[in-house]
Amino acid sequence: MLGTLAMAVALGWAAQVIELRPLELLRDLGNIGVFLKGYLNPSFTHVGMYAWQCVITVCIALWGTVMAIVIAVPLGLLGARNLAPHPALYHAARRILDLFRAVNEFVFALMFVTAVGLGPFAGMLALGIHTGGVLGKLLSETVEAIDPGQVEGVAAVGAPRLHVIGFGVVPQILPNFLSYILLRFESDIRSASVIGMVGGGGIGFYLWDTIRAFNDRDAATVILLIVVMVVCVDIISARIRRAVI
Amino acid sequence: MLHSPIITLDHVTKRFEAKRALDYVTATIQPGEFVAVIGKSGAGKTTLLRCLACSTPVTAGLIRFGEQDLTTLRGTALRLHRARVGMIYQQFHLVRRLRVLDNVLIGRLPHLSGWRRWAALCRYFDASQREIALRCLDHVGLLDRVWQRTDTLSGGEQQRVAIAKILAQEPQVILADEPVASLDVMNGALVMETLRRIASTAGLTVVANLHHVEYARRYADRVLGLRGGRLVFDGSPAGLTEAVLVDIFGDVPSDALGFRPMVVGETVWAIS
Repeated sequence: MLGTLAMAVALGWAAQVIELRPLELLRDLGNIGVFLKGYLNPSFTHVGMYAWQCVITVCIALWGTVMAIVIAVPLGLLGARNLAPHPALYHAARRILDLFRAVNEFVFALMFVTAVGLGPFAGMLALGIHTGGVLGKLLSETVEAIDPGQVEGVAAVGAPRLHVIGFGVVPQILPNFLSYILLRFESDIRSASVIGMVGGGGIGFYLWDTIRAFNDRDAATVILLIVVMVVCVDIISARIRRAVI
Repeated sequence: MLHSPIITLDHVTKRFEAKRALDYVTATIQPGEFVAVIGKSGAGKTTLLRCLACSTPVTAGLIRFGEQDLTTLRGTALRLHRARVGMIYQQFHLVRRLRVLDNVLIGRLPHLSGWRRWAALCRYFDASQREIALRCLDHVGLLDRVWQRTDTLSGGEQQRVAIAKILAQEPQVILADEPVASLDVMNGALVMETLRRIASTAGLTVVANLHHVEYARRYADRVLGLRGGRLVFDGSPAGLTEAVLVDIFGDVPSDALGFRPMVVGETVWAIS
């Protein structure tokens, strides 16, 4: 009872903070109608250039994911309690992964734009680092959940340490890890489609540009292309998942 | 015996906090012997094997393998010792998602050197290694399962794959921890036959924990009986009289221990 009351008070206060006024949505319905008219009439004058920007976006996500794997594999293995050769290495790996994951990819993009300049390269670096943190965390959790008996069976023959991982650990985690990689690739596509807003290259810049300029018909085209791109990538990645796992 | 012992246990004691899992165990094992270790669960059988495999350090006493003191092994020396000792587990401990052949090839890993060792990380083994693995699978009668995924095999077949893996490893000693405890009677007998046969053809020493006394009677040259961590029997299977069994197993009715494995097995335990 008291809990419910406290919850209600908290929600009411939060509504004040975010200026939650649903009635205004109704009052301004007319304005929305004006925008909607533009959005329902996409313009196809620049569609070729937007499509090319979508290709760039996919490339950013693709290489961002590759970079993420390169970061995630060593840090994820070291960050698994049952594999780390020393507790200090385990904690170091976990904290680095925490850092990569805690900072949003947009913040990384802003930093890389100042370092390497505007463009897709900065976007790819930002996505790679953030996703590397996420994938590394998922990898170490997966490794910590493996069956230790199968690892012991390899270690017991006197195999070198790397071989114990290659034969005892990798076959156990590979299906899950591949699935996580595909999942993060899909999510990277969505992030890459907006990372251009902060100068990270790809279609995001045009999304931002057209919406800010009230260029509703072009904005509609851009959004349409992003939806098509995301759906296509999801379909392809579902195919890969079925084939591999 | 003319040989010097391959394994020497000299007043070996292993404590887990207050509990003594092994209590002043002294015994020697000769090369080529098939030794069965019997006792109730909790009597220290598994701890004894784990100490022999250097999976856990002893609290006091000495274990020698040939002339080498096992209690001080570290790093590479420990890895080399593991290569000389083949482990068989109750739950097989094979990599379930790998093919049968790959699991047997794992036994070859300690013998690879130079580029072959690195190539193995990409699951590449040259023709001579694959040849050895196939011969080992032939020995246990599983040549028709080479390309199957290991977890599609039955328990008995998986345990025979584990034996083939040990063969490929070319150890001097096989340590088997309840090798047939999770198998049905027919498969259990088949696995024990296979183990006995490869041990005598390759001249290997075997130390096997068995909780079925009848298996020990049938396959072992020598029996060690443990009770509460202490060695209470050390002799030939013929010496396992009723009085000795009661001494080892305590209040378990002795007629339940004397069953023949081909006929009874798990069902008798279920009834009694």
